[in-house]
Amino acid sequence: MSEWQDKLNAARRWLLLLLLLTAAIVLGWRALYLQWMEHDFLQDQGDARHLRVMDLAANRGVIMDRNGEPLAISTPVDSVWVNPKVFLNNESKDKTTRLAKVLQINASELQQRVATRSEREFVYLKRHVSPELAKKVTRMSVPGVALQREYRRYYPMAGVTGHVIGFTDIDDRGQEGIELAFDEHLRGIKGSKRVLKNNMGEVVEDVESIMEPQPGKDIVLSIDQRLQYLAYRELKAAVKTNRARSASAVILDVNSGEVLAMVNQPSFNPNNRASFASANYRNRAVTDVFEPGSTMKPFAVVAGLELGKIKPATRLNTSPGYLHLGNNTIRDAVNYGEIDITKILQKSSNIGATKIALSMTAEEFWKSLDGVGFGLSTGSRFPGEADGGIGDYWRWNPVQQASRAYGYGIQVTSLQLARAYSVLANDGILKPISFLKLDDVPDGEQVMSAKVASQVRLMLESVVSEEGTGRLAAVDGFRVAGKTGTVHRTTRGGYAEDRYVAVFAGIAPASKPRLAMVIVIHDPMLGEYHGGAVAAPVFSKVMSGALRLMNIAPDDVKALQQRQVAQQNQFLHVAGGAL
Amino acid sequence: MNHSRSYGRWIDRRPTGRFTTRSLHMDWPLLFGLIALSGVGLVVLYSAGGQDMDLIWRQGIRLGLAFGVMFVIAQIPPHHIERWAPWLFGVGVLMLIAVLIFGAIGKGAQRWLDLGLFRFQPSEIMKLAVPMMIAWYLAENTLPPPRRAMAITVLIIVVPVVLIVKQPDLGTSLLIAMAGVFALLLAGISWRLVGGMSVLVAAFTPIVWFFGMHDYQRQRVLTFLNPESDPLGSGYHIIQSKIAIGSGGLYGKGWLNGTQSQLEFLPERSTDFIFAVFAEEFGFFGILLLLALYLYIIARGLYISAQAQDTFTRLLAGSLTLTFFVYLVVNIGMVSGMLPVVGLPLPLVSYGGTSMVTLMAAFGILMSIQTHRKLLTSG
Repeated sequence: MSEWQDKLNAARRWLLLLLLLTAAIVLGWRALYLQWMEHDFLQDQGDARHLRVMDLAANRGVIMDRNGEPLAISTPVDSVWVNPKVFLNNESKDKTTRLAKVLQINASELQQRVATRSEREFVYLKRHVSPELAKKVTRMSVPGVALQREYRRYYPMAGVTGHVIGFTDIDDRGQEGIELAFDEHLRGIKGSKRVLKNNMGEVVEDVESIMEPQPGKDIVLSIDQRLQYLAYRELKAAVKTNRARSASAVILDVNSGEVLAMVNQPSFNPNNRASFASANYRNRAVTDVFEPGSTMKPFAVVAGLELGKIKPATRLNTSPGYLHLGNNTIRDAVNYGEIDITKILQKSSNIGATKIALSMTAEEFWKSLDGVGFGLSTGSRFPGEADGGIGDYWRWNPVQQASRAYGYGIQVTSLQLARAYSVLANDGILKPISFLKLDDVPDGEQVMSAKVASQVRLMLESVVSEEGTGRLAAVDGFRVAGKTGTVHRTTRGGYAEDRYVAVFAGIAPASKPRLAMVIVIHDPMLGEYHGGAVAAPVFSKVMSGALRLMNIAPDDVKALQQRQVAQQNQFLHVAGGAL
Repeated sequence: MNHSRSYGRWIDRRPTGRFTTRSLHMDWPLLFGLIALSGVGLVVLYSAGGQDMDLIWRQGIRLGLAFGVMFVIAQIPPHHIERWAPWLFGVGVLMLIAVLIFGAIGKGAQRWLDLGLFRFQPSEIMKLAVPMMIAWYLAENTLPPPRRAMAITVLIIVVPVVLIVKQPDLGTSLLIAMAGVFALLLAGISWRLVGGMSVLVAAFTPIVWFFGMHDYQRQRVLTFLNPESDPLGSGYHIIQSKIAIGSGGLYGKGWLNGTQSQLEFLPERSTDFIFAVFAEEFGFFGILLLLALYLYIIARGLYISAQAQDTFTRLLAGSLTLTFFVYLVVNIGMVSGMLPVVGLPLPLVSYGGTSMVTLMAAFGILMSIQTHRKLLTSG
């Protein structure tokens, strides 16, 4: 090897070394470029790929009865959702089939559902699944399929409180009843958090909480769960024994205007969405109007007394049991002859009521009815509440004016009727209706004199006496004032001959009223249809239970004692006979 | 060609007559570098593989096997290696042809020979056989090699490269071609030839582009030039790995804390793209340390080459070391988006067995060269 070649080789080595070093420097520079100069950009790019903001469902407020018993509570549940892009990119037939099996849906349906929404990033597969199903889904770890925490509404009293409470939709928004009326109050504020998601869209780690979800506020209803259940049970039984189409019952606290119980038939189970049908979940006591029939008569009497047209002792001649008025004939069941006002109510004389109504002007009568709240919303704020109507007095002819007195030609809700009776009970003071428990008794409006109210109450007690139409409404140990009503149902062609609404409205204890109750039973089909036969017994059962549950002192001890003595005597007599 | 070629005789560098650590034929500085690198590799793999201990065990067993192969080869004196070079090359070429005729197909390429007991990738042998063959051939000629020898050398390179490109396996063929070119450069070809070959390569590039490449290979190159053109398809790898490297910053996110890799956005993160995992978790300074470790190993390899006592060993050691270097540059270059994705692992760090055994065999050869001494014979 020549010296020249040695030099050449040395140069060659240096060149190679230089090449090597250059390459190393290029690699280092590239790293520096990416990690220093482009760092922020690439960091953002990375974050955009795996950092996501996720909504956090807020717990909905609890609905409680007046004693703090829960009527609607939210429980956390999981919903299964899918990111179609990720799912379709990693699809395997086997996994799809298994997933569909676990979720109990058709595999091809699932496949199609995801495929048609392939542009979206979030599609629910199944809402509100059971914990064990959720666990199964997690264990399968199908790419793109994940769980979301949500809240599901649960109603412990189910159908008993269903109509009042209403329900929420699957997204936890109030749809009916209290849930709808107080939705904003009950609804919490959604929170959000930042999470790390992996390539499969699964949440790997919580990074930070952006906003804590704020739970909704609780609500305490005026409803008493015990009374509610009692009314529900008895109304359901009555509907069954009379094979009725539907029914409503309302109990009011006459002093405060609070609704203590409100039930309807048919009912529904708010925990089972499959049972939802408007015919079932409608709160008929508030949304449906009916003609109140004879239960209106006390208010004709009130108007007459207030205006001085009659006095309690005034006697009216109802002979011969029918009365021609224009083209119409108004009839009583039998010819009662000349009777006083008490008797008119006790026997429910249509002719007597007609004569009282026609003793005043239409305007006077209208104002009196308007005063106790007929034809007006009760102010309960209950969604879908009907106003009813009593018509315009300036259009009334004498027949129409008279028919209002015995409860035809006007529409009321069960709640309105109960409120009107609570005015009688509360010495003439009209209180706004409340579904919420009240701390203070609200101010009311004096719509009739206390004297008239107590006079009418006394008269109504006779209805529940042995001679009255409402004798089956009597409650042992309590004085009860009330009125029966038996109304021909209106159908498309006018009044149906053989279809009725049986009504009983009443107050107890009559001496110092606490509760007003209305029982309305539509279409009893088993022969008995009179308010006194169908509705009054329900009133008796529910009222006696309610009075006991509320620890209200009996005001008819004498009768109670007399009966006990009589029973004892009978026992002694029998015993003596045996001896 | 001189057919009665004498291969000389190599003995232990400093024979002692009794067993010492020297008798193990280990080059301790090189061994230290290799063990350190493998250790780093296992640590990164633990993170990249989703903290799967089974994966680490499997890789550990492979590493053990590879170090075993290195140890065995280090015991073989260089004259045996030189003697076997043409045979190994010949058998390798035959096997490459066999692969093309009845090789097993996997991942769209025909690379394996199924020998019943195990599958075998003949292109791996060629990574050793080509530099050995070139060194063997050039050692016989005077240096710098004459034109005729040069032409034959080019043939020695081109035949296996073409066969491997046909499989197709661009990464391996590139490595083998580079190994040959380095051997040629080390042998001392003239500058004019280097220039001429460069022009030739430039002229052939369009021909290779249109006739020599598969669609997916062309796609890879296009993607490399503009990864954002297909962010969900072929560009996905490069974009994700650039994000991983870049978001690591100067200091890294810390071991097991790389989001791109831990959240499985990064594809092939335990194999070809493991460098991105390393870069994300250990940052720029981590990369510098890793590069330093690689450069240390390469420097030691070049030192061994410089110290080698004859042309064959010098050319072979230099060529093998530089091949290792090409591995490094191509892998990091591709992961960081400077080179097209050709599918080469990061040596000694990426998960996978075949290439590791070949690499360690090469280091075994280096150790053998370093720990043996050639007896000067009269011939």
